[in-house]
Amino acid sequence: MGMWLFLFTELILFGGLFIVYAVYRYSHPEQFHLAAMELNTFVGTVNTIILLTSSLTAAMSITAIREGRKGFAIGLLSMTVVLAMAFMVNKYFEWGHKFELGIYPKSPEMLAKTPGEILYFGLYYTMTGLHALHVVIGVIVLLVIMRMIARDVITAQSYVRLEAGALYWHLVDIIWIFLFPLFYLLH
Amino acid sequence: MADQHHTNETHTIGYGQYLLTWFGLIALTGITVAVAGIDLGRWVIITALTIASIKTVLVLNIFMHLKFEDRTFRIFVGVAVLTLAIFIVLTFFDYAFH
Repeated sequence: MGMWLFLFTELILFGGLFIVYAVYRYSHPEQFHLAAMELNTFVGTVNTIILLTSSLTAAMSITAIREGRKGFAIGLLSMTVVLAMAFMVNKYFEWGHKFELGIYPKSPEMLAKTPGEILYFGLYYTMTGLHALHVVIGVIVLLVIMRMIARDVITAQSYVRLEAGALYWHLVDIIWIFLFPLFYLLH
Repeated sequence: MADQHHTNETHTIGYGQYLLTWFGLIALTGITVAVAGIDLGRWVIITALTIASIKTVLVLNIFMHLKFEDRTFRIFVGVAVLTLAIFIVLTFFDYAFH
């Protein structure tokens, strides 16, 4: 319950950014279109599949703990963590490649672009960066939860903390479900 | 008071149902990527957001167990999402009439 309340505040945080995105997209349609061409749809799609799968294993871990299968629950959660890390590695290469091309805030190449493109990449870095930060926090939360399962703090009788952690992880997934089409698919 | 025990008998979702949901989510991702290649004009954004919303409903209902929460709580979440939608719509009205 408390976790859901926290998720509502997250909704407002990202919701605000989505509104900013919508307004700028509306005012600079052609430039947003042009800027979106720079993003690699393939990397975005791979990362979408990775995050969806990581949510699957997180959700399954709750069933596992309810059945009292402690090891299986930890195994499923480690899958989630590994997939989250794969997501971050992809992000690292994706951003690295952008930096090589000189696409980063205040770079000479960037300042030469049109206002709409600058806004697009500003939002791209802010929103995917904030999302990546959530992924990192999610990994830490899941690692703490795995430790709690190993030490029998979380058991088949009391697994609220696992549920809360999984809820947070699913929210990170949902945010990406919207970021992906808005930045990678709409050219 | 007699019905106060529902917190203990929460619904367990089987692995199969989770897998099925995951297949659905992957399929929808495939559809949204495939459709993005077609020039649908202004419908592009609408289709992309509709597919994203369907995926969100799946994640909320199955992965986040919202389907098995009690009614009051589901309304609670619905109101939060609706509030955000109203914010977005009102922003556009404000923007359109500037």
